[in-house]
Amino acid sequence: MDLLNNLALGFGVAFTWINLLYAFFGCVLGTLIGVLPGIGPVATIAMLLPSIYALDATPALIMLAGIYYGAQYGGSTTAILINVPGESSSVVTAIDGYQMARQGRAGAALAAAGLGSFFAGCVGTIIIAAFAPPLTELAFKFGPAEYFSLMVLGLIGAVVLASGSLLKAISMIILGLLLAQINTDVISGTARYSFDIPELTDGIGFVTIAMGVFGFGEIIANLGQPAENREVFTKDVKGLWPTKQDFLEAWPAVLRGTGIGSILGVLPGGGALLASFASYTMEKKLARNPRIPFGRGAIQGVAGPESANNAGAQTSFIPMLTLGIPPNAVMALMVGAMTIKGIQPGPQVMTSNPQLFWGLISSMWIGNLMLVILNLPLIGIWIKLLTVPYRFLFPAITLFCCIGVYTLNNSTFDVFMTAIFAVIGYLFYKLSCEAAPLLLGFILGPMMEENLRRALLLSRGDWSTFVTRPLSAGLLVAAVLMIVVVTLPSIKSKREVAFSED
Amino acid sequence: MKIESQRDFWSGLMFVAIGAGFAIGATNYSMGTSARPGAGYFPLLLSAIMAILGAVVLFKSLTIERADGDAVGSIAWKPLLIIIVSIVVFGLTLERLGMVITVPLLIVISSLAGDEFKLRGVLVNAAVLTAGSWAVFIWGLKLTIPLWPHFLQ
Repeated sequence: MDLLNNLALGFGVAFTWINLLYAFFGCVLGTLIGVLPGIGPVATIAMLLPSIYALDATPALIMLAGIYYGAQYGGSTTAILINVPGESSSVVTAIDGYQMARQGRAGAALAAAGLGSFFAGCVGTIIIAAFAPPLTELAFKFGPAEYFSLMVLGLIGAVVLASGSLLKAISMIILGLLLAQINTDVISGTARYSFDIPELTDGIGFVTIAMGVFGFGEIIANLGQPAENREVFTKDVKGLWPTKQDFLEAWPAVLRGTGIGSILGVLPGGGALLASFASYTMEKKLARNPRIPFGRGAIQGVAGPESANNAGAQTSFIPMLTLGIPPNAVMALMVGAMTIKGIQPGPQVMTSNPQLFWGLISSMWIGNLMLVILNLPLIGIWIKLLTVPYRFLFPAITLFCCIGVYTLNNSTFDVFMTAIFAVIGYLFYKLSCEAAPLLLGFILGPMMEENLRRALLLSRGDWSTFVTRPLSAGLLVAAVLMIVVVTLPSIKSKREVAFSED
Repeated sequence: MKIESQRDFWSGLMFVAIGAGFAIGATNYSMGTSARPGAGYFPLLLSAIMAILGAVVLFKSLTIERADGDAVGSIAWKPLLIIIVSIVVFGLTLERLGMVITVPLLIVISSLAGDEFKLRGVLVNAAVLTAGSWAVFIWGLKLTIPLWPHFLQ
C-alpha cells in the first residue's frame, strides 16, 4: 500500500537523531510558550525564522510544526490551573477545566486534556497521510484562474469562520494584499511604493510585520491592562490518573472532538481555535445527562475541546502542504519558512521533496507522543514557570523579537520597520481590527497577483475566465455562499453567541 | 451626526485613507490593459476595493445604533512609547556597541514600561538574558551578531 510505504519513508526520516532532537526541541518550546500567557505560536515561530537559515529544511519545519501543536498542549495547562488560557484555542477549556481544578480534580482535567490531545494527534496524522496525496493530484489540474479563485476562497474562508466583524476582517485582508504590493514588480521590474528607499524595493519582510503586530503589539496591549490577580492551583495537582468514571465520561467526548476538529482543521480559516469552540458547543448539546453540569467542572467540556483543538491543529497542515495555501497565521509562517529554505510551497512539494513531506507528517505523531510525556509526568516543572512574573517576561520577549528581526537580514532597517509595525499593531488592537487576516493577505499577495495576471494574459483580458471555467467558478461560488450564509440573520446571531465569552 | 461606533468610525477612516493613498501611488505605474496588466493594475484594483470597504465601515459606524458608543478607550501611552523607544535604541546601538551593552540597555529601558520597576530584579534579568542570548544566538546558532563594542575590536 502506498500509504504504508509513504509512512515508512516518513518514519525513516523522522527517526533520525537530528530530526528527533528538533522535534523534541519544538515540542518543549511549544509547551513553554503555550504555558506562558502573552506569547503565542505566531510570535514564537516568527522569532525563530532567522535561525532556520542554519538548518536543513526538514528539521527546521519539524521544529516549527512542533511549536504549533506543542502550544496546544501547553495552553490547556494554564487554562486549567489558573483560568488564563495560554492560547486562544484553550479559552473554552478554562470554563470547565478551572472548575475541576477548584474542586481538586486538576490532575484528572490535565490527564483528560493530555490523553485526548494525544489520541486526536494520532488520528490527525493518519488523516493527513491519507488525504494529502489525492488533494495534491487535484491541485495539479489547477490553472492560474483556478489558483486565483482558490486563494479568494481561502481568504474568505479564513475570515467568515473567525470572530469579530466580517467587513473589517475582509478589509484587513485587502490591506495585507496592498502591503504586499510594496515590492519590485516581477514582470516589469518597476519598484512600487518604495519612496526611493532601497530596502523597500525587496518588499517588507513578513517576519517584520508578524513580529511588530503580534509580538510587540501584544506586549503593549498586555501592559496597558491592569495586572490581574491570579490564583494558582499548584498544590492540588496530585492523583494524575483519572478515575474509571472520568474515563467513561471522557472518551465519547474525545471521539467527537477529534472528528469535528479534523474536519474543521481542513477548512480554510479553520484550525485549532474554531475546532475547540465548535466541540464545546457540541458537547453541551450532546453529552447525555452529565454527572456534573457544564460550567461547573464537566470532564466532557475539557476532553472534547482539547481533542478538537489538537486535531484541528494537525489537519490544518493539509491545505498548506498540498495546495501551498495557508489556512491560518501559523501556516502562513510555515509557508514563509519553506520559501526561506528555497522550497516553493504547493502541490509539487510532495513529489519534489518526499523526505520533507512525509518526514514532517511522521514527526507529528512522534511529537505528540513526546508531548504526552512532557506534559503529564513533568507537569510540575511547567507549573513552576507560571510563577515567573510578567515583568521579567516581557523584556525578554522584546529582546528575542529584536534579535530575531535583526538577524533576518543583519539589518537594523528591519528593526526600525518592526517598531513602526508595533505602533500599527497597537492601533489595530485599539480599533478591534484583527491582524491575522492581514498576515494571510500579505503572504498570498504576490501569488494572487501573479496568478491573476497570468489568468488574464491567457484569456486575453477577459475577466469572465474566472466564472466560465467550471472549477474556478465552483470555488468562487463557494466563497460567495460562505459570505451569504454567515450574513443570514439567524446564523449571524448564533455566530456572535458562539464567540462571546461563556 | 452622531458617531455610533468610535472604533469602526476610525477604522473606516483609516481604510479609506490607505485606499486613497495606494490609489494615488498606483497612478505612477503603468496600468497596461486587461489582456496585459501592468505594474499598477493590481494595486489600483485593490486600493479601489479598500476604499469602498472602508467607506462601508464608515457608513455603518454612523448609522447602526449602538448604546455603548464602542469607545476606543484610553491609549496606553507609557508602554507604547517605552517599548518603541527600546526597539529604536536597540536598532541604533547594536552594530556600534555590540550585544554586551545593547542587551542590558534594552532590558532596563523596556522594564520601565511595567507596573513595578525593581532595580535589582531588572539587573539580574539583564545579566541572565545577556548571557543567555550569547549562548543561544552566537554560540549555539552561530549567528553573526556583533558582541563587543565597535571601538574595542
